[in-house]
Parts: sequence; C-alpha cells; structure tokens
Amino acid sequence: MTEERIAIHVQDLVVGFGRKIVLDHLNLDVRQGEILGLVGASGGGKSVLMRTIIGLLPKRGGIIELAENGGRSGVLFQQGALFSALNARQNVQFPLREAAHLSPSLLDEIANAKLEMVGLTVDDGDKFPSELSGGMVKRVALARALALDPALLFLDEPTSGLDPIAAGEFDSLIKTLQRTLGFTVFMVTHDLNTLYAVCDRVAALADGKIAALGPLKSVLESDHPWVRAYFHGARAQMLHLNA
Amino acid sequence: MNSAPDLTMDDGAVRSLHPRGAWTVANVEILERLCAGIQPRLAQGIRKIDLSGITALDTVGAWLIEKLARGGTTQASEAEITGLSASYSGLIGEVRKLNRRPPAPARRTNALADLLERVGRGVIAETMVFLDMLGSVGIALFRTMRHPRSFRFTSTVYQLGQVGWRAIPIMVLITFLIGAIIAQQGIFHFRKFGADSYVVDMVGILVLRELGVLIVAIMVAGRSGSAYTAEIGSMKMREEIDALTTMGLDPVEVLILPRVLALVIALPILTFLGSMAALYGGGLVTWLYGGMGPAIFIARLHEAVSINSFEVGMIKAPFMALVIGLIAASEGLRVKGSAESLGQQTTSSVVKSIFLVIVLDGLFAVFFASIGM
Repeated sequence: MTEERIAIHVQDLVVGFGRKIVLDHLNLDVRQGEILGLVGASGGGKSVLMRTIIGLLPKRGGIIELAENGGRSGVLFQQGALFSALNARQNVQFPLREAAHLSPSLLDEIANAKLEMVGLTVDDGDKFPSELSGGMVKRVALARALALDPALLFLDEPTSGLDPIAAGEFDSLIKTLQRTLGFTVFMVTHDLNTLYAVCDRVAALADGKIAALGPLKSVLESDHPWVRAYFHGARAQMLHLNA
Repeated sequence: MNSAPDLTMDDGAVRSLHPRGAWTVANVEILERLCAGIQPRLAQGIRKIDLSGITALDTVGAWLIEKLARGGTTQASEAEITGLSASYSGLIGEVRKLNRRPPAPARRTNALADLLERVGRGVIAETMVFLDMLGSVGIALFRTMRHPRSFRFTSTVYQLGQVGWRAIPIMVLITFLIGAIIAQQGIFHFRKFGADSYVVDMVGILVLRELGVLIVAIMVAGRSGSAYTAEIGSMKMREEIDALTTMGLDPVEVLILPRVLALVIALPILTFLGSMAALYGGGLVTWLYGGMGPAIFIARLHEAVSINSFEVGMIKAPFMALVIGLIAASEGLRVKGSAESLGQQTTSSVVKSIFLVIVLDGLFAVFFASIGM
C-alpha cells in the first residue's frame, strides 16, 4: 500500500445553507491507509465537510472523489445511531444482511467475530442499545461500521462523551484495527489525545478552508491565528510530552 | 481482482486446501456452497491451507477459511495457513483469535413447554406489577391521608379537567349514539312480535346496568389511559422520574396518585352523563322511529328500571377507573430508553385495561346476581 494513493480527493468544494457559505473552495486529499484527524471550531463546518463527503449533504460546487465506490465506506455517528429496535448483534448483521445472502449461522458467526474484534463479548450481542453504556454503544457502532470491511471509515467525534480511560481504549482500538485491517480513517475530533495518539495527519478547518494540514507537530507550528489559538494549550502540553 | 472463488483439495503427501479467487462477502453464496461441499472430506484432517491463490479477502472470507482450518483438525493441531500476502496477514491473524469461546449450551427447545413457561411467567409478572402498583398507590394514599398537606390538589384538579371535563363532549356523543342504535334495533326486531313497548325496558336496563359504564370505561382507557402511559413513560425516558426520586419525592405520590384519583372521580361522573345521554338517544329514537311519545317513554322507564339498575352501573365505575389508572401508570413506569418501547407500553396499557375492564364487568355481574341486585 503506497503512501501516494489518494482515498478521498476534495477539490474546490463549496457548501452552504441559504446565504451562509460554510465551506468555501476547500481542498483536501486523504491518503490511502492513513488516519486523518479534522479539527475546527464548533459550528465551523467539520461535520458539514464529513457529511458532504459521505453524501448526506448536497454540495454547491467542486469535486469529491472517493477511491472506493460509495458502498464500501463505514460511518460511525457521534451518538452511535444504533437501531434501537434491534439488539447489538442484529445491528452488526444489518448491513451484511442487506449486502449478501449469508446463511443464518454464518451471519451469527460473523457478527460475533466483529463484536469480539471491537472488544465486546458474545453475550453483549443480545443487549439492546438502551442497555449498553456509552462506550459499548460506540463499540457496537464501530462493529456495524466495519461490518462490510470498508476501505474507508468515517468517525464523527469517536471519543466524545467517553471518560478518559474509555476514550483512550477506544483510540487504541481504532489504531489497532486500522493497522490490522488497513482501512483509511477520516475522523472529526476535538480530543487532543486522539489527535496525538492516533492520527497520522491533522487537518485544521478555519474560515471554510483547510488552514493547516500535516503531522500534528507541523500543525502545532502553524502561523494561522485560529490554529494557534486552538492549540494554544496543547502546544505546551505536547512539547512537554515530547520532552 | 474480483475473480470467481474456488476451493480444491490436494490429497498429496501433505493434505492441503487451496482456496483461490475473491473470498469476499459479495461471493458469499458460492463460498458457503464450496465450504459445505468440502466439509465431509475434512474429517480425515488437513495439514495446510495455501492462500497464495487468494486475490481478495475480507472478514467473511477469512472467517470461512479459519473455519476450514479449525474443522480440519484432528486433535489440538490446527491446519497451518500459508501463502499469506502481507496485506491480509493482519486480518487472518485477527480472525484466528475470534469465536474461540465454546458456544453457550443449547437451551431446551420443547416449543410447547417454552410457550407454557413464557405464558406462566408472563401472567405472574403482570399480576405482580399490577399488585405492586396497587400497593404503592395505596401506601401513597394512606400517607397523604395522614399528611393532607402533601396532597397534590392542583395536579389532581388539572388531571380531573383533562380526563373529566374535556372528555364530556365525546363521551356524551358516543353514548347518545349507542343508546339510539340499541333502541332502533330493539324496535325493529321487537315489532315483529308486537313487543315494541319493551324496547324501553331493554334500553333502560342495558344502558344503566352495563353499557353506559362499559362504553365510557373503554373510551376512557383508550383516551386517558394511553395519555397517562405516554406521559409517565416519556418522563421515565428523560429521567424526570429519577430526578423526582433524588429530590426525596415519591413519584407515585406526585405523579400517579393525582392521576388515579382524578380518574376515580371522573369516571362515575362520565358514566352518569353517558347513561343519561344514552337514555336520551334511546328515547328520541323510540319517539321519532317507534312513534312512542316522550311521556309514555318516561312512564314506562319508571316502571321498568329500579334504582338498583342505576346503582349497579355506578358502583362499577370507580373500580374500573382504578384498574385503568393503575394499569396505565404501571405500564408507563415500564417504559425503557427507546421510542419503540414507549409505543409498545402504550399499546399494552390500552389493551390490558380494556381487557381487565371487561373481566371486571363479568365478575361484577356474577357478584350482583348472587346478592340479588
């Protein structure tokens, strides 16, 4: 898997609602097999960018190209978006059931395997979303997003609402799975620890454009005023960590 | 890249399997057939699975290969997997670790016994929930009687307005129509043997003893019982009930007692109004359709029904209200986190309270017959 191949190509993307332009001629390339973290102000268009790439929002102009055809991407929504009427195992089976005709026993085995991959037990599969803790909901949602072995995984604030320990565990889970299965990750996050521990590259979104892009270290050194302000505290923290 | 999958077995010195092509979820039907086809021959044991012919692999394919590897074992040693391309080694390595725990022991599968067990457990659980709610409301009532100042007067009056005052138009309309229909049917059929004047007896007794209270109770179960369940259920969903408890308040006393009391007060009033409306409807039809003047209708009614019939109907009303209120409240408290469960509990609240209202009516019929009322 060469570093040069591009998984997501975004060029001159314009997205707006009414008179408000949220993304203004935005350019971004996500490389295949990397984990890209997107940061930005609240309401600054991070989620809009992700939802536009996924195809949930219409674009006004520009080009979005995905290396894989649309069907092969998985999405982890911020609140998990598990189907509340189905138990955890059925949630994971749902995309499989839609995609192919698996025998019921194989369907169960694959779903159990996916649940184990994300660190849950077979017994957890019988629980309904309302019976799961926040961290477990995220894990089931991740298992569902990975059900069809997507080449591209979108994560919307994967660690929001988790305590630091659970967030750290979820970060390393994503990292491990990404290493073994080799998919590309595009994640929106606010969590500096996630950026530091998981992301290969970081993109900072400001004023509807990508203001800085690169490894976290180089983004920390950016001169863009908003990026400086955003990482103000983090800079010292990271220097301290690196020392 | 997406070449058709294939699976062959080499019976050479080292028995080995050779999967080839795209082992992905898109080809899963072919793959399952291939694996099932080779299954009987695995019993002799295989030593090696050569993956060098694989062009594409995902979790489903990897798991099927892993199953072949495990299925071909004689004892402890599983078949060795070779010829891995670097990009799939992580996946195979991951899958090797999965589903290792033996599946839970299969449960007894006698369908009839299971059904009976479920029904039995269901009946006991439902009864316990009902008794639990009856007890909680009883305790709350007892406590408010000892400390009358803790009684939620405003809330009770508000609920009374919701389930009583605002229900009057629809209750009166429906019972009026029912009375009219009964009278019309009675006249139509009784006329054949010249007994049309007995329509008054039929309408009077039927409406006062049974139909007035039954129709009103069923309407109240559908109208107010469902509203109670949905209100209490959504409060439960949004943890408002937990918030009340943490403030040292008893949710039964604050939320449920006023509602149940309001129903117990409102239902007899609605029953009375409903019965009157039904008699009015019946009288109107006997006059317009049967040609019996209002004066004669009233006179006959006076002879036909005793105060007993009226009392029988009215005595039942508060008990039915209690059943409806308790069922509605307990179903509301059983709502869990999801929107679906709110719908389920509301449905079951209405179904159960209508069922119990009819059962209760039957029990009362037996009781009144035995005491000669």
